[in-house]
Amino acid sequence: MASYSTNEFKGGLKIMLDGDPCSIIENEFVKPGKGQAFNRVKIRNLKNGRVIERTFKSGESVEAADVIETNYQYLYNDGEFWHFMDPDTFEQVSADAAAVGEATKWLKEQDLCTVTLWNGAPIIVEVPNFVILTVTDTDPGLKGDTSGGGGKPATLETGAVVRVPLFVQIGEALKIDTRTGEYVSRAGK
Amino acid sequence: MALEFDAQHASWQPSASLQMLRSRAQLLATIRGYFEQTGALEVETPICSSFATTDPAIESFQLAYTGPGFPASHPLYLHTSPEFPMKRLLAAGSGAIYQICKVFRDGESGRQHNPEFTLLEWYRPDHDHHQLMEDVAALVNSVLPSPREIEYLSYHEIFKRHLDIDPHHSTRLQLQQCAKQHHITDADRLNLPSKDAWLDLLLTHCIEPQLGKDCLSFIYDYPASQASLAKIRAGSPALAERFELYMDGMELANGFHELTHADEQRERFNQNIEQRRTNGQPIVPMDENLLSAINRGLPNCAGVAMGIDRLLMQITDATHIDQVLPFPITRA
Repeated sequence: MASYSTNEFKGGLKIMLDGDPCSIIENEFVKPGKGQAFNRVKIRNLKNGRVIERTFKSGESVEAADVIETNYQYLYNDGEFWHFMDPDTFEQVSADAAAVGEATKWLKEQDLCTVTLWNGAPIIVEVPNFVILTVTDTDPGLKGDTSGGGGKPATLETGAVVRVPLFVQIGEALKIDTRTGEYVSRAGK
Repeated sequence: MALEFDAQHASWQPSASLQMLRSRAQLLATIRGYFEQTGALEVETPICSSFATTDPAIESFQLAYTGPGFPASHPLYLHTSPEFPMKRLLAAGSGAIYQICKVFRDGESGRQHNPEFTLLEWYRPDHDHHQLMEDVAALVNSVLPSPREIEYLSYHEIFKRHLDIDPHHSTRLQLQQCAKQHHITDADRLNLPSKDAWLDLLLTHCIEPQLGKDCLSFIYDYPASQASLAKIRAGSPALAERFELYMDGMELANGFHELTHADEQRERFNQNIEQRRTNGQPIVPMDENLLSAINRGLPNCAGVAMGIDRLLMQITDATHIDQVLPFPITRA
C-alpha cells in the first residue's frame, strides 16, 4: 500500500485518515529546539467536507489515498444515481446523492463538471462557478421594467429556484453563479 | 506543471528583499556593538568536527575528509551549535566570549526552521541562568524597534497557568488525558517515546502560542530530564537551570547555567546515546575534547544560543523564515 512520510506533506496531498480520504490544506513543522518534532496539519475530509486539525510525529508514515480529479460530462439521473461520462474514453461512473450534494441544483445534461474519484468511485461532484440555465417557470414580468429592483422567483430547467429581475421571461437563458446561487445576467444567444 | 517550471526558473532570485538584507546587516552590527560595550570577545570555532551532539532531538549532517593526515575517509560532522569548542575556550581562560555563525541541523524545515541557520551564542563567566536572562533581555531590547516588557515564568507556572497541570509530577497518562481535553485529537493515536515528548506536545500546541505576547517571556527551571547541558539543582523535584526566551509564540533562545562536572556530562552523553540506540537513530561520537576541557575546569558560567533569523523575523514582522534568508534550503 502506498504511503507518505510527514516529510512529503504539502498542500493538496491526499491521505487516508480514520478510513476517509482527506486532502492536506496546510502543513506546519513545529519543534522545540531540544524536543520532539511534530507536523501540525490542517486537513479537509473529502467525504464530508469538514476541515480538521491533526498532529503527527515527524517521521511518521500515513497511508496514501487513491484520489483523482477529472472532468466528466453529466449524462442523466435515474432517480437514484447521477451518471457521468469521461468525454475522452467514454467510460461512465455513477454518483450517489451524497457525492453530488448541492451540485444537483445546477447539473444540466451534457454539461462538464469536475468529479473527484476515490478508488474509482465519485465522492465529490463540482459544477463550474458559472452555468447557463433556461427559465422554465416564472410570473410574467411587467413590460418595460428594466430596473431589476425587487425581483421574483424563477424556476430553472434543473429545478433550482433563483431570484431574478422582473423583466426575465420564461424560456430565457440566464447566467448563474453556482457558489452563491445568484442570478448574474441574461446569457447572450 | 507550468507553475513548477516557473518556480524552478525563479529560484535563482533571493527570497529575502534587499531591504531585509540591510536589516540583517544592521542587526549583526548592533549585536557586535552590544558585546563590545558589555565586554565579550568575538571568537570563531570549527564548523566541522570529529564529534557531534548526542542530543536525540538534534541530528547532525555528516561528511568526510580525505587528505594529509587522514588517508582513509575521516568522518566529520557539521556543528549544530558552537557550544562544545566555545566551552573549551572558556576552560582555557578566555573569559566572556560570543560567536555568530551558521549552524546545521538535519530534518528541520518549516515556517520557523531552515536546516542551515544563523546562531548567536555567548557565555558569561560567574553568571547563573537568572543573570544571563537579564543580559539576553538587554540585548534583545536594544535591537527591537521598541523595547518590550519582560516576564519571567517557571516551566511549572506556564503549565499550571495554561493547562492547570503539574508538569513535574504528572504521569504520561495524565499528560495524554490533558492533551485530549485540549482538543489534540491525535492524543490517543500518537505513540510518543517519552514523558518529555508529551510535555513537548502540550508545550508546542497549547502553551507556546500564548507565550511572549507583546513582551519578552522567559521560561526557566525545566524538568531535570530536559537538562541537556544545564546544571541540575537538587530538590523535590530536581530542576534543570535552563531557560528559553519566547516572543509572540516563537522560541528565540535557549540558555543554561552550565554543567561543570565532567563525569555527569559523560553520563548524560551516554544516556543520549542509549536513547538514540533505542530510537534507531544514528550513533554519533561524544566530544571527548569537551569532556577533557570540563575535567580540566570549566569556570562557573552561563551560556545561551539565540536564533538570529528568528530575531530578525521579530524585528521585521516577517511570518516565514524564508523572508529573512536570501537563499533558504529550497533555493540553496
